[in-house]
Amino acid sequence: MDPTLLLVQGLNGLQLGIMLFLMAAGLTLIFGIMNVVNLAHGSLYMIGAYLASSFQEWTGSFLLAVLLALPATALVGVVVELVTIRRLYARDHLDQVLATFGLILFFNELVRVVWGKAARYMALPAALAGHVELAPGVRYPLFRLTIVSVGILVAVALYVLITRTRAGMLIRAGASNRTMVGALGIDIARLFTLLFGLGAAMAGLAGVMAGPILSIESGMGEPILILTFVVIVIGGIGSIRGALVAALLVGLVDTIGRAFLPPLLGTMLPPQAASQAGPALASMLIYIFMAGVLAFRPEGLFPARG
Amino acid sequence: MEARFRALALLGAVAFLAAVPLGARLLDTPFYLTLFGRIMIWALAALSLNLILGFGGMVSFGHAAYLGVGVYTVGILSYHGVHSGFVQWPAAILTSALVALVIGAISLRTSGVYFIMITLAFAQMLYFLGVSLKTYGGDDGMTLPVQSQFGGLLDLGDATTFYYLVLGLLLALHYVIHRLVHSRFGLVIRGARSNERRMRAVGFPTFRYRLVAFVVAGSICGLAGVLLVNFVKYVSPAFMHWTRSGEILVMVILGGMGSVVGPALGAFAFLLLEEVLSSYTEHWALILGPVIVLLVLWGKRGLAGLLAPRDGT
Amino acid sequence: MAEPLLEAAGLSKRFGGVVATDRVSLAVQAGEIHAVIGPNGAGKTTLVAQLAGELASDAGRIRFAGEDVTTLPVHARAARGIARSFQITSIFRDLTALDNVALAIQARAGSSFRFWRDARRDQTLRDPALGVLSEVGLAERGHVRAANLAHGEQRQLELAMALATRPRLLLLDEPTAGMGPEESARMVALLRGLRGFHALLLVEHDMDAVFALADRITVLVYGRVIATGTPDEIVANPEVRQAYLGESETDGVAANAGG
Repeated sequence: MDPTLLLVQGLNGLQLGIMLFLMAAGLTLIFGIMNVVNLAHGSLYMIGAYLASSFQEWTGSFLLAVLLALPATALVGVVVELVTIRRLYARDHLDQVLATFGLILFFNELVRVVWGKAARYMALPAALAGHVELAPGVRYPLFRLTIVSVGILVAVALYVLITRTRAGMLIRAGASNRTMVGALGIDIARLFTLLFGLGAAMAGLAGVMAGPILSIESGMGEPILILTFVVIVIGGIGSIRGALVAALLVGLVDTIGRAFLPPLLGTMLPPQAASQAGPALASMLIYIFMAGVLAFRPEGLFPARG
Repeated sequence: MEARFRALALLGAVAFLAAVPLGARLLDTPFYLTLFGRIMIWALAALSLNLILGFGGMVSFGHAAYLGVGVYTVGILSYHGVHSGFVQWPAAILTSALVALVIGAISLRTSGVYFIMITLAFAQMLYFLGVSLKTYGGDDGMTLPVQSQFGGLLDLGDATTFYYLVLGLLLALHYVIHRLVHSRFGLVIRGARSNERRMRAVGFPTFRYRLVAFVVAGSICGLAGVLLVNFVKYVSPAFMHWTRSGEILVMVILGGMGSVVGPALGAFAFLLLEEVLSSYTEHWALILGPVIVLLVLWGKRGLAGLLAPRDGT
Repeated sequence: MAEPLLEAAGLSKRFGGVVATDRVSLAVQAGEIHAVIGPNGAGKTTLVAQLAGELASDAGRIRFAGEDVTTLPVHARAARGIARSFQITSIFRDLTALDNVALAIQARAGSSFRFWRDARRDQTLRDPALGVLSEVGLAERGHVRAANLAHGEQRQLELAMALATRPRLLLLDEPTAGMGPEESARMVALLRGLRGFHALLLVEHDMDAVFALADRITVLVYGRVIATGTPDEIVANPEVRQAYLGESETDGVAANAGG
């Protein structure tokens, strides 16, 4: 196994993991505290990407695009919360799944109406377009490293927010007993709206950062949404720490699996079979991993509620 | 709605469906034959999901996977020269049953949202499996080489024959489900949905019963897949895409869970609505999405709820 | 004494830092009525959950009718003759009272892997179900939807569900919970009639009920058994008086209101 390739793929896995963490942190909080399954979380990721692409077009600056897209996505999230999600708190999970599924259909079509059916692309910001030499002969894209750094910063900021601020304390209290927090006179409705907006912003950030790397198109949110759910389920619903650990694990397993499994199978199976079985197994790997975790720990690795 | 009126309404619906091929011949277009034939196949899929969802309380978000198993079993067998329906169809149903057995055995150990996610994940696995099978078309899929052959018995190539076959199977399986949910087995499944703790306390090993229900549902959906692949003459992983699973869920909810005919009503309403909307605008999802949301927020008992008497069933 | 029907030895259960059950041992003879009492938080319901099989103990063993059932799941214990009624009524709210009991009868009336016959017309289920309803005094209310029954009637139905499986041991968690004095008296009379036919392990706060029914009493405080014996022995026991009965004499209202 080529150590350079392993390092590069490992970093790619880390980068995917960080993006999954941004998605998962919001989703797990929303689920853990508000007890809402929100399938439209992937749509917020998509909207973040689309908005950023437009802002970049208008201002010519990637940085501005990021700074504008984040609050814009958060705003979209708040509107969605006020109009729909708010009415789902008291409902069972099936209702939430269906209603947010309807939202997905809506948003997927909306972006096609507003931005057209063709895939969009974002240019890499000039300042971050280069490569970094991590070790002699090992070059890694600067932008991807930036994603990892931004993700770590957000993780730290989230940690500080949750553990050191009053708002964070309310969030943690809400996670273990939301009725009590309500009884204390805290405006639960406002807390939830803010929380949803925060989750939307993080999803938007993930989308914005994905913009230059992936193609921006309708339906791009769903594959990452499903991966995000796998992450939360593995990490334990309601747990940010679980989300981080699981996100990194999933990112690494998926990336390294896709890179190394096909050639590995190539050594064991005839080439025709290997060329199909390899990618097939690699795509399935994450789900096999999840099934495995759930077999031993049906509540995930770090369930937030004892 | 009074029971007699309800029975009449349903009878009318069946009569309408039976008359469609005649109407198609009169109007000299296969369009309605195709439309209602396709809707009936999805109604069958919804019927099967309702067994575990509406009656069993198991929210499976991966039901379309079994459609795919049915589709691909027939497709793969046909690709390799096995065209006999007498071999393909039982093989497809059996395979669906086995897949459901494996998925169910693992998934049913979880509950709540974990169950929803794990069934979704398994469906995704099968979807990706389909996508990666390049020999059978991969992402794009492939045309079905030859429709299932039944010797001189049945010619699926004749649209009217096929249509009546689908209608016949749909009605027959409705009756089967009807008997199933009122049988001892059905009561256990429904009891487990209503109060699993109490069921266990009374001595029922609920896991076993749920698994059987899961397998039955998967098998029936596999049959729907068999019909589907012959109907559209195409093999594609798109049938297993998770949005398909979502749509089947919507059909069941729209039609009314916990009622035998509900899902069929839901399938008709949903697909007809989709058909009508898409004829007006290509952006029909823009309307359908919010409709689903509104439906969830306000239409709890579904269409069948409108038809059913107050105390249900 | 003959071998006890139910024997729990050294049961322990912790939840994080809290010891809910602390090396509890007790025995219930066939046909006896055995009450478990203790202040709120003593771990009575946790104990019942372990005996029923809902909760896995951290340590200890449970023997029922000579068989070690410690690792058996709930339904397997139910099949062997242990029935449960819950503190918070746990019935099928959307079914009629008769349907409720019929379902319980069905659990012990042959295989339920029957897919064709209409079970609601099965007289071999409905006749015994009516019989059980009569036993608990609900014969007239069989056709009423369970959710529409009065609270006291729901508790009676709760008991009927347990009786329907013809158990050897009934684990009853506060059967008179939420009942007024008249209803409680009726329930007590009902339970007294079961003595000899079934063994009862009764968790109760209602001291009148306990002393009217119990052959023997076990007192639980902070998860530990502090005394076991006949009602007279328990009343005379100084530890018990101090920990439990002593408090209830001065706080009579509180003790009776608690539940």
